[in-house]
Amino acid sequence: MSNTQQLEDLTTQVRRDILRMVHKVNSGHPGGSLGCAEFFVALYNEIMDRKDTFDMDGMGEDLFFLSNGHISPVFYSVLARAGYFPVEELNTFRLIDSRLQGHPTTHEGLPGIRVASGSLGQGMSVAIGAAQAKKLNNDSHLIYSLHGDGELQEGQNWEAIMYAAGNKVDNLISTIDLNGQQIDGATDDVLPLGSVKEKFQAFGWTVVEIEQGNDIEAILEGMAVAKSKTGQGKPVCVLLKTVMGNGVDFMMHTHAWHGKAPNDEQLAIGLEQNAETLGDY
Amino acid sequence: MKTYTNTGNKDTRSGFGAGLTELGQTNDKVVALCADLIGSLKMDDFKKNHPERFFQVGIAEANMIGMAAGLTIGGKIPFTGTFANFSTGRVYDQIRQSVAYSDKNVKICASHAGLTLGEDGATHQILEDIGLMKMLPGMTVINTCDYNQTKAATIAIAEHQGPVYLRFGRPSVPNFTAEDQKFEIGKAVQLTEGTDVTIVATGHLVWEALEAAKELHEQGISAEVINIHTIKPLDDEAILKSVTKTGCVVTAEEHNYLGGLGESVARVLTLNHPTPQEFVATNDTFGESGTPAQLMEKYGLNSASIIKAAQKVVQRKK
Repeated sequence: MSNTQQLEDLTTQVRRDILRMVHKVNSGHPGGSLGCAEFFVALYNEIMDRKDTFDMDGMGEDLFFLSNGHISPVFYSVLARAGYFPVEELNTFRLIDSRLQGHPTTHEGLPGIRVASGSLGQGMSVAIGAAQAKKLNNDSHLIYSLHGDGELQEGQNWEAIMYAAGNKVDNLISTIDLNGQQIDGATDDVLPLGSVKEKFQAFGWTVVEIEQGNDIEAILEGMAVAKSKTGQGKPVCVLLKTVMGNGVDFMMHTHAWHGKAPNDEQLAIGLEQNAETLGDY
Repeated sequence: MKTYTNTGNKDTRSGFGAGLTELGQTNDKVVALCADLIGSLKMDDFKKNHPERFFQVGIAEANMIGMAAGLTIGGKIPFTGTFANFSTGRVYDQIRQSVAYSDKNVKICASHAGLTLGEDGATHQILEDIGLMKMLPGMTVINTCDYNQTKAATIAIAEHQGPVYLRFGRPSVPNFTAEDQKFEIGKAVQLTEGTDVTIVATGHLVWEALEAAKELHEQGISAEVINIHTIKPLDDEAILKSVTKTGCVVTAEEHNYLGGLGESVARVLTLNHPTPQEFVATNDTFGESGTPAQLMEKYGLNSASIIKAAQKVVQRKK
């Protein structure tokens, strides 16, 4: 689609969407959403080979699964701005009768969502199943998934990580958002993860690291490397080092904004730091 | 009264295996997943005939349920196989979010349900699974009574769009339903006609209900036996039709009375036709080691218990 500037403009607009969505309903998860804005923008507008229309089976296109469903604001904003549903619908986030539930779901028929997520640790298993379905259907497209780093504390992930390596699920690129934060504090304080890289490698995955996970070009470069490693008998893990709350200075480098919405004043500051680019919803 | 012939004891899990084998040949969308219990679930033939459509996931049930949900994306119809305990309680949140709430077309097939698992004891004898599964919105819950019915049900659920919990067991039990039966999800099967009491039974207790009806007949009590293979959606109409005639009901199941078939029947009756009811079920307890027959006797889940319950409920009418 796009040159880097266009992707950056879109990212800025996505940040505004995230702030305005959570502010309006005084709830939701801005921190992780902002940290992954560049990744989502790059994924949906440059990296994935996807169709413009949505159907559940997604034959003949790359698919994405969000495991850490609480960062729904960034997912919804990027899906809407990729054309899956009207951008105005972002106005209904977390409201009664909305398709934009607090955590993403297929249950309300929102285009772009293929499984519910929110209860953590389930997305990688679903992604593996979808990857195996692709193989059975002789569909050479890829499965992408995103997981929080704190989410790796859920045991189901390690069942899935073991399965994918043992069964050569090599059409899967699972990205871990390494922001080092979770609700109660730093992951190192809550339950230390140790070396995520060495853990994935020990389980038999290929690991690609993106040190600048909030830099569009670094993401594009790293994901291209990840893509080049598919089809070689191993699942691929991308370690995406991000800053929680990225792009809004007072939200950065802290877990405080994991699940807290800005007040009027804070919203104004955040929006000032991210001037409108493509038009607010 | 109408009687039924046991054509030879068989285990219901083998009915599942036979149904899955047939599905393998007739429906290429069907895939199967198993958590290290291929022999116990009788999935060997499917695995042998269709290795590319079979997924051995190891002792990792949570991942199995998630993978099954993912396999539906791309049009597959996944059948998961493990013991009932590990098919439900162990993976409840995975089923709730990734399957039920996500409207995924997954068939959760569960063997070794209830006390008749036998000697392995209470860790494996789940008596709460029907309750767990029937509470999930959109989940169909089926508990079959013999080999033939389990085979027919296995084949039928592949044609049903939506999540299904199919419950069956380990021991060899009388095989008495028709080999060529048409299995209709949600449709009760009336086995005998009667006027004094309705016996609504599911799973292994259906044969016991038939045995009880014979004895009750000798005693001058006319029992109408209804085989409820589908606990959700329940065939309200069939139950009401029978109970309106007989005026009382015994429900019989290999499950806790809390959360089981009996409660579902009680709700239908309370709302539409309040009626005396007796529950043949376990009494809010765990099981223990023993032979299936010993356990069913000790926990009051056999024809003798049904007879007593029927005598009591008929008295309560007066």
